[in-house]
Amino acid sequence: MSVMLQAESVRFAYPVSEGREAVPALDGVTVAVERGTFTVVFGHNGSGKSTFAKMCNAVLVPDEGTVSVEGMDTRDDTLLLSIRQRVGMVFQNPDNQIVANVVEEDVAFAPENLGVPTDEIRARVDASLDAVGMREFVTHAPHLLSGGQKQRIAIAGVLAMCPDCIVLDEATAMLDPMGRREVLSTVRRLNREQGITVLLITHHMNEAEDADRVIVMDDGRVVMDGTPKEVFSRVEQLRDTGLTVPETVELLDRLCQDGMPLPLDALSVDECADVIADALSRKG
Amino acid sequence: MLKDITLGQYFPGDTVAHRLDPRTKILLVTLYIVALFSADGLLSYAVMCACLVVSVRLARVPPRAMVRGLRPVLFIIIFTAVLNLFFTPGEQEFFRFGFLAVTDTGIKTAVFMVLRIMLLIMGTFLMTYTTSPISLTDALENLLGGLKRFRVPVHELAMMMSIALRFIPTLIEETDKIMSAQKARGADLENGNLIQRAKAMIPILVPLFVSAFRRADELATAMECRCYHGGEGRTRLHVLRYARRDYNALTIGGVICVLVFVLGRFGL
Repeated sequence: MSVMLQAESVRFAYPVSEGREAVPALDGVTVAVERGTFTVVFGHNGSGKSTFAKMCNAVLVPDEGTVSVEGMDTRDDTLLLSIRQRVGMVFQNPDNQIVANVVEEDVAFAPENLGVPTDEIRARVDASLDAVGMREFVTHAPHLLSGGQKQRIAIAGVLAMCPDCIVLDEATAMLDPMGRREVLSTVRRLNREQGITVLLITHHMNEAEDADRVIVMDDGRVVMDGTPKEVFSRVEQLRDTGLTVPETVELLDRLCQDGMPLPLDALSVDECADVIADALSRKG
Repeated sequence: MLKDITLGQYFPGDTVAHRLDPRTKILLVTLYIVALFSADGLLSYAVMCACLVVSVRLARVPPRAMVRGLRPVLFIIIFTAVLNLFFTPGEQEFFRFGFLAVTDTGIKTAVFMVLRIMLLIMGTFLMTYTTSPISLTDALENLLGGLKRFRVPVHELAMMMSIALRFIPTLIEETDKIMSAQKARGADLENGNLIQRAKAMIPILVPLFVSAFRRADELATAMECRCYHGGEGRTRLHVLRYARRDYNALTIGGVICVLVFVLGRFGL
């Protein structure tokens, strides 16, 4: 598998006013994201996960180290447009990333910027809206849509660039559970059906359940990296970094502590129920 | 409460007036204004009135909406009427009170001036009633495109205008929220004299501005992430194209404009 994104010992600190010491937001992050994977980046506020996301399409560039997208260095200004066309970004607040007051105009914004011919823009807009299941809202006004729908429009707006990778920077943080589900199932489908690499930045544990890989960040460093099962079974270490584990793992962990030997890697509710039922029947 | 505010006042529809290219409509309104200011007699004003009535019927805009458009300028209309009525010297005096005199020319100018302002307002309103703000912006960008040669940032201005239009509902919603939040903290927005009420607006405006700047910052980043790099090499989803009806409308408009101009020269 080829590498989509590559970060090499990246250091970065936000500029601060004089006399104060700069606190590094990223402190030596080395990560390679493979093409076609679904990766979740976790961490509590201030862990550097959002800063890392902004490194992925050259909104921010590293102070030290390098970030490259398909081999293109993000510090090279001449490559800026091709980097941003390949790595699309969806932000937290849906209202602040919708540019036009008609859905189709907004989705067309990126291809218009890229100078795509009119006929093809039309085709891309329709295809992108189909992909996020919002085709029927083509001529609607975005401000009348729900949060989840707005985020899907934002995703469609990114898809219209034909990107290889989508980075969702806490794109589900402001949504209600319904909207969150809509957005998550949309990106999962895009990942599975169109092979788009997805990098999901979040602080909701349960969004990582069926990811290929989970990266946990703390204090600007990568502290854990592995499959969801590997990461979440390290309950103690997660707690030390101030993160909560999914409810299923929490339950299994408590049962373990109370003397019921259970594996900690049953993440989904069904799996968890099966494991407990098994253990109970063996006991009984 | 704030949600009732509609700006641009667009009445969606599918009439000839709606389907005309927005550029045609801007040009027609320009012709209309030129004609209106060269009209100078009963006949030419009658032609202008007829034009407006026909266009309103074609656009199927409710006449009541047209009259409502006049309400904000009512003061100006009355002011103009009074000024012209009492201060125009004429041959025949009907009435005199000190330095105020009502003359035959005075009555004539007052009536014509009022008619002119009313026609002017209603004509331009008809355009905003039948054209969505975005297509108006597009049309302006297109019509003023030639000014780019003189380094006028036409694309940037049009982009700013359309973003401003896009954020009106968002900011109105936000203002509503802030007002509720401040009311919940005991702010009194409804009572007191003008100065007190103006002061009460400060705790609403400050957070509104702060959030508007934050929004602007985020929007700029989001636009850059979607490869926005100015108007250069930009293509459009909707390309403006003149159709046959646009040429017809412009021809009719041009003929009427010339006709009114000639009539006006002869004082008809």
